[in-house]
Amino acid sequence: MAWNAEQPIVSCKDVHKSFGAIEVLKGVTLDVAKGETICVIGPSGSGKSTLLRCINALVPIDSGSITVEGQEVHDPKLDKLALRRKVGMVFQQYNLFPHKSALQNVMMAPVTVLKQDRAEVEQRAYRLMKKVRLEGKELAYPGELSGGQQQRVAIARALAMNPDVMLFDEVTAALDPETVKEVLVTIRELAEEGMTCILVTHEMGFAREVADQIYFTDRGVIVEQGPPADFFASAKDPRTREFLSQIL
Amino acid sequence: MSRRGGPPRDLAGETDLPVLLPAAAALQHRARRERELGAALPRLTWRHGLVLLLGLLVSAGLAQAQAGAAKEPVLEVIVRWLPVLLEGFLFNIVISVLAMAFGTLVGTWLGLMQISLLLPVRAGSWVVTQFFRNAPWLVLLFYCMFLLPFELRILGLTVPFPDWLKATIGLSLPVVANVSEIVRGAVNSIPSGQWEASESLAFNRRQVLWMIILPQCVKRMLPPWMNLYAILTMATVLASVVGVSEMMTQAGRVLAAENRPELLIPIYSFVLLCFFLYCYPIARWTVALERRFQVRL
Repeated sequence: MAWNAEQPIVSCKDVHKSFGAIEVLKGVTLDVAKGETICVIGPSGSGKSTLLRCINALVPIDSGSITVEGQEVHDPKLDKLALRRKVGMVFQQYNLFPHKSALQNVMMAPVTVLKQDRAEVEQRAYRLMKKVRLEGKELAYPGELSGGQQQRVAIARALAMNPDVMLFDEVTAALDPETVKEVLVTIRELAEEGMTCILVTHEMGFAREVADQIYFTDRGVIVEQGPPADFFASAKDPRTREFLSQIL
Repeated sequence: MSRRGGPPRDLAGETDLPVLLPAAAALQHRARRERELGAALPRLTWRHGLVLLLGLLVSAGLAQAQAGAAKEPVLEVIVRWLPVLLEGFLFNIVISVLAMAFGTLVGTWLGLMQISLLLPVRAGSWVVTQFFRNAPWLVLLFYCMFLLPFELRILGLTVPFPDWLKATIGLSLPVVANVSEIVRGAVNSIPSGQWEASESLAFNRRQVLWMIILPQCVKRMLPPWMNLYAILTMATVLASVVGVSEMMTQAGRVLAAENRPELLIPIYSFVLLCFFLYCYPIARWTVALERRFQVRL
């Protein structure tokens, strides 16, 4: 299937997903163009994190379709590992490997999964650590780093795979206010460099600043979407307005 | 509840329940030292050895008093029989080490089968694990003693299958099952975020397991594994029931040869002391290993 950069890099159409009796996603449709940064906001339990996990096939969907670079994610014939090489993910709880140093965390996947040359990967890992402003922390273990530093290592770890799309799942939710900023700066740089980013976030100020499109989800559907300027100034849906009034 | 300033008090070892008060101070002291150390303190201390040594000396003295000065001193009797007793103890050690090695090797695979994605594999390994874990050790030992042949013929070669080897296999069966549970439990205790993170980095299941999950399990598995080894070492004396010449059997033979009933307590005290001398360094070593594999979260 031919895919070109004009088409959406990630495309969700009418995605449904239930966990047991609870329907978490009730027909989510969303397109992300290459190089675009979108923010998904909404109350807890509205299916934001589940949507991200569906995009890199961590969670199977019940119906609908998700394509990444034109490839159907939930095609049983699709190589999930090939998909995940294209899609990087950063988690709320960092999920660094505690038994490996920061540098090893960054190097592990390219060396073992992509079978790239160790020396070359090491050089790239050092560059990435510098990029996320953690020079000198390469040999530290996750337990020796602060939350914000761990999260930046997690970003470097995802970037080491040279993904085309990055998913950020409430990456600042577990951080204290001072360290939130250092992580956001890193993400903004990525977005400005043209990385396609899908963020689930509660940082409205950041969303307004960095996003090309904002999606508001509630109870498993996308209630409203738009560029940040319109979205925050003139939300139409009453649910969106209520949510924004509580947050802003 | 109001608390007026000051650092938070230690919860461990502090209690208003009168029944716990005598233990509270000791528990508190222990908890504080464990926090400073960053690891569990050994449950077995040199003081226990001192008590056992004291028991041996006192019982030897009593036996001596009972026998009168004309008979050979009790400790000299023990020294004279030392080669026989220690030869028996060597059997205990060999049996325990081999059973543990075999049990760990097979048990690890059985444990990994218990977390397989294939239902039949998972169910089958669960049944095997539960069966051998809950069967009495002595019964398993008897099964192996009487069901295994005394020699094997492989390609015309006759390989003898001595009793102690059969006992080793018999004792390793419960070890297999317990190791299987230790592995399964440790894998399940790793936060699911580790699986998610590694899967999102395109590791396949085998890589996730061997490179990310299991290395983190080592530290969690070590204490129960060493514990299991201590239990196994003590259980090797069960082999005396089926006639393997291990230390208990040898001690019985010594007693029969000497025919002096007052030797009973000193000799068995000596057996106890030998087990302590063997287990104590292992307990210390466990603590050292735990500290080395300490993963800071």
